[in-house]
Amino acid sequence: MHQLLQQIFSGLAAGAVYASLALALVMIYRATDLVNFAQGEMAMFSTYIAWTLVNAELPFWAAFVITLAVSFVGGMLIERIVIRPVENAPILTMVVVTIGLLLIFNATAGWLYSYTLQEFPSPFPDRTLFGALMTTRDVGVIAVTLVMLVALFCFFRFTATGLAMRAAAQNPESARLCGVRVGRMLALGWGFAAAIGAVAGIMVAPVLFLDPNMMSGVLLYAFTGALLGGITSPVGAVVGGLIVGVTENLVGTYLIASQLKLTVALILIIIVLVFRPNGLFGTALVRRV
Amino acid sequence: MTAILELRAVKAFYGQSEVLHGIDLAVEEAGMTVLLGANGAGKTTTLRAICGMVRTEGEIRFGERRLERCTTEQIAGFGVAHVPEGRGTFTGLTVEENLRIGGYTAGRPDEKMRLMYGYFPILAQRRRQQAGALSGGEQQMLAIARALMMSPRLLVLDEPSFGLAPRVVEAIFTIVEQIKREQRVSVLLVEQNASLALEMADRAYLLETGYVVTSGTAKVLADDPQIRRSYLGY
Amino acid sequence: MAETVSVDSTVAMRRGSGTGIAVWRWAGIAALIAVAVVLPSTISNYHVFELTQVMIYAIAVLGLNILTGYNGQISLGHGGFFAAGAYTAAVLMHRYGVPYWATLLPAALVCFALGMLFGVPALRFEGPYLALVTLAMAVAMPQLLKYFDTWTGGQQGIRLAKPMPPPELGLDRDRWLYFFVLVVLLVAIRVAANLLNGRTGRAFVAIRDHPIAAAAMGINTARYKTLAFGASTLFTGVAGALAAIVIGFVAPESFTLFLSLSFLVGSAVGGIATIGGAIVGGFFIEFVPNVANDISDAAPWAIYGLAMLLVMYVMPRGVVGTAGPWLAHAIQQLRSARRAAK
Repeated sequence: MHQLLQQIFSGLAAGAVYASLALALVMIYRATDLVNFAQGEMAMFSTYIAWTLVNAELPFWAAFVITLAVSFVGGMLIERIVIRPVENAPILTMVVVTIGLLLIFNATAGWLYSYTLQEFPSPFPDRTLFGALMTTRDVGVIAVTLVMLVALFCFFRFTATGLAMRAAAQNPESARLCGVRVGRMLALGWGFAAAIGAVAGIMVAPVLFLDPNMMSGVLLYAFTGALLGGITSPVGAVVGGLIVGVTENLVGTYLIASQLKLTVALILIIIVLVFRPNGLFGTALVRRV
Repeated sequence: MTAILELRAVKAFYGQSEVLHGIDLAVEEAGMTVLLGANGAGKTTTLRAICGMVRTEGEIRFGERRLERCTTEQIAGFGVAHVPEGRGTFTGLTVEENLRIGGYTAGRPDEKMRLMYGYFPILAQRRRQQAGALSGGEQQMLAIARALMMSPRLLVLDEPSFGLAPRVVEAIFTIVEQIKREQRVSVLLVEQNASLALEMADRAYLLETGYVVTSGTAKVLADDPQIRRSYLGY
Repeated sequence: MAETVSVDSTVAMRRGSGTGIAVWRWAGIAALIAVAVVLPSTISNYHVFELTQVMIYAIAVLGLNILTGYNGQISLGHGGFFAAGAYTAAVLMHRYGVPYWATLLPAALVCFALGMLFGVPALRFEGPYLALVTLAMAVAMPQLLKYFDTWTGGQQGIRLAKPMPPPELGLDRDRWLYFFVLVVLLVAIRVAANLLNGRTGRAFVAIRDHPIAAAAMGINTARYKTLAFGASTLFTGVAGALAAIVIGFVAPESFTLFLSLSFLVGSAVGGIATIGGAIVGGFFIEFVPNVANDISDAAPWAIYGLAMLLVMYVMPRGVVGTAGPWLAHAIQQLRSARRAAK
């Protein structure tokens, strides 16, 4: 029982990271009907930026905030420069562009920082709580994720820009008629997604060790979590990510050794999707005839 | 009579096909102009052309400005509020959020929302409900209120009576008339319901396959036997 | 926001323009085949091997085009079906001594069955959900291959003897395999063209563009969607079998998610709803990474990524998808100009 709770809790911590990246994916999907396959690599690159700052003797949280700001701007620039030229192209074209971005970020990180694993500092002390039920690190990750989610919720619910972004994602033509600069809202969306991804990367790097391929597994799980929750639902992304984290941990501990863990987890989730093909919280895509 | 909106020799294109073939149109300041015509005549296209949603040639003047090269967002910022065909309601947002986003470009949202709730009390009742849950008539009122949140100088309405019961339509039009008087908003209206529209409007234009075939004061058009037979049913 | 992809330009060309354009098409195809036949005698062994790879990828991408381009069902898992074909051939050759040319049919059947099996649950899913399900295939395959190591040789894979060319032809091994694959490619193209330009192909496209209207017209959407899956994986599976034969080695590491993504990229670069585009895609997948390596050996994949971006910016519908209609249009202009001059 104790071990079960332990695994659930550490699964929630991993799930918090998946939830964050899943939220980034959903944010971009809602605005553009596109799954950004480069989200993981962008997050990895952001983490390297944080790492560089920390190595330059900056205090951790200062590096954290600066990295978030830089990632936000970077995300906006990517939308303007890389995505804008193909925004009216077929979806597959846009998908290929994100795959290209994925490769560019991965290769560039490898070139700048090499492929050796690097240690990434954790801002949380390394202790256990409640009789080894959970680690302070896991609590810290979950806390940071929670704070981020609350901040995002407040932004989207209570600010004019947040409302404008939601409106632009839902109905871009009507939003334009209300004077909303839909293009700018799109860029902001990418900025937010990049910043959220950076949080995910920084939270997971102490555990996975930093290298250019760090986020590829995380992206896979985040993608799964986002779909499990419903690709159009931010709440779903968070719930889905958490479920995937816990499932992955439990499957790995009780069912099967690491190798097939991913396959089994995926199959379990696909079974759920068979019963709910639009995810747990997703809405069916209405088709007008 | 000063025209707040003037179209001169405006052509509009969907891709390679030309759908409007050089139309001339004017809306008086604080007046109401109605565009009549059968389906496919180009009425909605005209409205979309004004708001920069289709490729155009020709002149579109709004007050002192030329609109042809402007984006839809900019045109909305100049004070043109367009309620599109099908209302364009943000169904995933609440009534109140719909109004707020309408007032995105203008200021003093709370004050204006109070004003809107005054004109449309039913919206006040439903302010926290999802807009998608409202009835057709309520959504139409919401769409018009949303447009008015912009404190526009020109209100553009595309088929506001579409799919609504006659009593609801009358109620909506009465309110629009009232708003036009009290807020000094000019109105450009596209309507299939010709008799009601001609009763309220000052000027009218009749479009057919992308051309203006008749224009004049609303009274003159209402008395025109051709129009009476084709569009008014008697 | 995104547009639907238009039907194969060559279909459009053939439709309304009579014998004039058809002659151009046949001439063009004949010229290409002639070049393909003559080429091996003029280039080195290694280049012949590379071109053989191109053709193998072309067949694989053609499979993906049938499913994603013509039928609108996205697949991120075709690397897995490629692996299935490769391992079917490898196991048959290695364990049961089946001659290499006889492995193609079983590989085709196995992959067809797999695809049909996959196609049934796939009916439930659309868009990104289908992407996930197919992604699971791509991810699961290498792991399953490692796990069932008694059959598959596990991590080490299976080493195969490369086939000997028939002595009468006087060709060396690489060139024999080149022609072998060329023949399979031509057959594949012929079969695909017949399928896609006929009733089935039209049903595929109808389902892709307007599924509700298609169903209302009486098209059995479920049957055709499943069939599209099976046909698609059949082609890719045969390509996999050819890869096993030509390379002489299969291992789980050769069939990663990246391979699936490469097929997708090749498909988009060539033009997803085209047949000729598959060949362009094959060239892209085979050669651009090597060229990228020459340009920058510090970060070759970045160059590869950049190349993808550039192609998509300049030709959003892929090379054949963009150039095809443009060419058809140009030829139409020429002909009407000539007619006007008469």
